[in-house]
Amino acid sequence: MPRKVVITGLGATTPIGGDVPTMWANSLKGVSGARTIEADWVQKYELPVTFAAQATTPASEVLSRVEAKRMDPSTQFAVIASREAWRDSGIEDFDHDRLAVAFATGIGGVWTLLDAWDTLQAKGPRRVLPMTVPMLMPNGPAAAVSLDLGARAGAHTPVSACASGTEALHLGLDLIRSGKADVVMCGGAEAAIHPMPIAAFASMQALSRRNDEPELASRPYDLARNGFVMGEGAGALVIEAEEHALARGARIYGELAGTSVTADAYHITAPDPGGLGATRALKAALFDARVQASDVVHVNAHATSTPVGDKPEYVALKAALGSQLDNVAVSATKSQTGHLLGASGAVEAVMTVLAVYERTVPVTINLDNQDPEIPLDVVTSERKLPSGDIVAISNSFGFGGHNAVIAVKNV
Amino acid sequence: MASNEEILAGLAEIVNEETGLAPESVEMDKSFTDDLDIDSISMMTIVVNAEEKFGVRIPDEEVKNLKTVGDAVNFISGAQS
Repeated sequence: MPRKVVITGLGATTPIGGDVPTMWANSLKGVSGARTIEADWVQKYELPVTFAAQATTPASEVLSRVEAKRMDPSTQFAVIASREAWRDSGIEDFDHDRLAVAFATGIGGVWTLLDAWDTLQAKGPRRVLPMTVPMLMPNGPAAAVSLDLGARAGAHTPVSACASGTEALHLGLDLIRSGKADVVMCGGAEAAIHPMPIAAFASMQALSRRNDEPELASRPYDLARNGFVMGEGAGALVIEAEEHALARGARIYGELAGTSVTADAYHITAPDPGGLGATRALKAALFDARVQASDVVHVNAHATSTPVGDKPEYVALKAALGSQLDNVAVSATKSQTGHLLGASGAVEAVMTVLAVYERTVPVTINLDNQDPEIPLDVVTSERKLPSGDIVAISNSFGFGGHNAVIAVKNV
Repeated sequence: MASNEEILAGLAEIVNEETGLAPESVEMDKSFTDDLDIDSISMMTIVVNAEEKFGVRIPDEEVKNLKTVGDAVNFISGAQS
């Protein structure tokens, strides 16, 4: 038997709350984090998309000025979420050499990179600040979290576009099972609400252009869905070898029972329409968790609200869970948070863990006319999960054909 | 032309902005590394910001000679004249 791994700490900073209690309460209520962007660059560049789901709590309200100065916004979010998760875990005395970090990002320090480019063009090379490289590097969030906690068992940065945050948990589980660490700070961070990524995502027709009604724009599974909404923030989870958690009398939210990662090898951006890669990932995660499809009662879906993306996930769920899918409560929380790209898997993992722990699931908003080709039981109002042993799944899929799945069990 | 007092005050502001150190702790005889615990990356940031603030050029090879705050004030003062 591999080492059992449990979840003991949660942290988040998101478009629907700057900490886990606020985010969780809002996710059960159903609120939209999407707003018109109040920045001069929206008009300056005549962006075709003028809204996004920005983090509710600016990093400047949480970090000191000097701390924040040395961090790209993505790293700021990572440090804020990981500090909350660490406090929440209650870990005090620990072996620094046995604590690892697996903190993902999809894009990395895009604000720093492009600000430095602007500075170079406007003022020349002398004005490009010396902290530019450590701030723009994609391992910046993982490195900053490692430094902040004194985590010396390695600091890793899984990068697989929008599957990155979930892949961080996959890696974290491996690190503990293989004996390389006893505790891992897992998570994902993203801060890409900048005119260039907005222009680029808009150019590939991936974003909703519902500029007049931002709060209605993210609508997974709805017939009127027309693209995703950019989000930002971070999610963080402390995962820990069960014996380590029990020895210190920790509060345990649930078991990270299994994970998996597969690749479609089909198309650089389009999901395999047959959902084959996602199906393999789902089946592999259940196998890894030593559970059956019939144990699954909740899915936090990837469901980004794009016309082409939402259906293949349904096809994969149907193939992997079969008739059990009728008994599965599905939440599409990007309807509320927008799409946090490389952080989405981590934030959704926090919600999935809380769904198992609290036995209640987040709601999906903006589902007015459900696409008849996606006949899932989508939760739109308060819903309890059954008593007894249960399993919940969270899916993430990323450009590049990346599929990542986690399975969480109650303890 | 800024006086040495004005340069010191301006430098203290830049150091405070970069490191959070209280401006009054930035005194002429303080060593950037030993007393103020300023690392090389912060030092370069301070140098670049000082160049902009005082309208001078501080060559990279000169930076290693700026051991104390006084060294920096004197260099900037000399470069301005």
